[in-house]
Amino acid sequence: MIRYIIKRILQMIPVILVTSLLIFWAMGLTGGDPARTKAGEKATEEQVEQIREEMGLNDPFFVRYVNYVKGMVTGDLGESYVTGKDVFKTFMERLPNTLLLGGAAVLVAIIVSIPLGIYTAVNQNTWKDTAGMIFALFGVSMPNFWLGLMLIILFSLKLGIFPSGGKAGWDTLVLPALTVGFGLAALITRTTRSSMLDVIRQDYMTTARAKGVPEKKVIRKHGLKNALIPIITAIGLQMSLVLTGSVLAETVFSWPGIGRLVYDSISKRDIPMVTGSIIMCSVLMCLVNLIVDLVYAFFDPRIKAQYSKKG
Amino acid sequence: MAEESLKKKYKSRSMAQETWRRLLQNKGAIFAMIFMVVLVGAAIASGFIFDYETDVIGQNMAEKLMAPCAQHWFGTDEYGRDLFARVIYGARYSLIIGCGSVMIGLVVGTILGSLAGFYGGIMDSLLMRANDILYSIPNIMIAVVIVSVLGTSTFNLLLALCVSCATSLSRIVRASVMTIRDQEYIEAAYAMGLPTWKIIIKHIIPNCLSPIIVQVTLLIGTTIISASSLSFLGIGVPAPAPEWGALLSAGRGHIRDASYMCIIPGLAIMLTVLALNLLGDGLRDALDPKLKK
Repeated sequence: MIRYIIKRILQMIPVILVTSLLIFWAMGLTGGDPARTKAGEKATEEQVEQIREEMGLNDPFFVRYVNYVKGMVTGDLGESYVTGKDVFKTFMERLPNTLLLGGAAVLVAIIVSIPLGIYTAVNQNTWKDTAGMIFALFGVSMPNFWLGLMLIILFSLKLGIFPSGGKAGWDTLVLPALTVGFGLAALITRTTRSSMLDVIRQDYMTTARAKGVPEKKVIRKHGLKNALIPIITAIGLQMSLVLTGSVLAETVFSWPGIGRLVYDSISKRDIPMVTGSIIMCSVLMCLVNLIVDLVYAFFDPRIKAQYSKKG
Repeated sequence: MAEESLKKKYKSRSMAQETWRRLLQNKGAIFAMIFMVVLVGAAIASGFIFDYETDVIGQNMAEKLMAPCAQHWFGTDEYGRDLFARVIYGARYSLIIGCGSVMIGLVVGTILGSLAGFYGGIMDSLLMRANDILYSIPNIMIAVVIVSVLGTSTFNLLLALCVSCATSLSRIVRASVMTIRDQEYIEAAYAMGLPTWKIIIKHIIPNCLSPIIVQVTLLIGTTIISASSLSFLGIGVPAPAPEWGALLSAGRGHIRDASYMCIIPGLAIMLTVLALNLLGDGLRDALDPKLKK
């Protein structure tokens, strides 16, 4: 198992190298002269040239990239052109907020979708099933930032229950988490339903019923447990959706996470901040995918056995 | 004539006719098709009904922020522009960006996916690794990078969005090509001496059309949402063009005093994507009845 984890982490290295090369190259093309930005408007041409030399901007592309990668290894992603703060530190300060929002959203999604998916599957082809599926269809068709705006209109402006933005107590988390979680819930409901429908027709379900196991237990222990793998896959595949949703929800609700950081940095043309944040996001996605794969092993002994065999 | 009556008698139907017949049994799909026809019609007609300079982007401060009424069905925005005209005109942007980037993605994805699926080996490894890399960066970030390199314009937004369409379509094409490649009729085509490119175009691609058609329909919906998200963030279609996401972004500033400005453009996005999703689901069932649950 540990060997498998190490192998996976080693496999991440080339992916991250190529990703960072692409982003580093692309962001270098965005134009603008960072040395001039840093020097300020009053600086003379010589001063700007000197800063350019100090920042290593005159070096050939690959020298700059290799230096950047060297920095990456030690957690040094350069400094922001705008605030002068360390990029890695700023990212890490914001990360917990996004993880909190994303985690809460996934939690909301799981609490809503798995029971609903099972319920629609058990009541297949009745009006309950149709109602559940219509709910899911609306969920996947809705832009989630718009849902955020609607929640603000309803819960903050009309009813005044939850605040419309910022980050203070737990109540500021509710609306953003619902916003990100709803679309995810809709997707997982669909997967849960179809996965449960596959399982429900299996012979061992009939056997369990014949043994006299109560229906609820048949569904939960025999059904859900076997239907879980596709559901976890679906959740894992949607992690980039959670991150995307967070970027938008953070903008709508002024939530101080990574999404806002990237958005603000882009509007200010803060290239080191954008480059660093996007590279860190892709590292984050790789780690999340690894965790999802490990969760499989936890839920399915067959996969666990495979991992230990392969090493 | 005699042949035709014979055909009618035995009701011989082509694959497309059969699919169409099954699609018409699906109420959701019928609603979706009617909606899409109306929307496309409105988008085309909007160019003749509304004058872009005066009706769509022309400002009229005397009538600003009017709630929906008989004269302005959807109300007016903070510059007194009629929201109905803007929303209908905005359908053009969403439809052009949605269809355009999916079509580019389809061409690129089909070529790459079928080559990778058919030849395997290095070609396949390269494509799949590239896919993994693009997959590790959230789509919206890729689009953000591309738009910030190229600058904000409708066409650049379209280009930025087609990257993610191409990756997801190439995966699907690759997977279907791989299952079809080993079928006996492909071997037979080889034995008959057909060149490889002809086998791919004539025998393999037509046989993996159904998942591609379904995916294309669903992708147009997703792409419309992505496009409006980027415009909402201010890095999509530049102002004053009435793209739906941009309308929402403007409405956000007036969420307290003119909430209809937030509600209506979002409803337009949702209904369009809903229709595309219903159509996609309907097509999936119609193209492959075995899959229906």
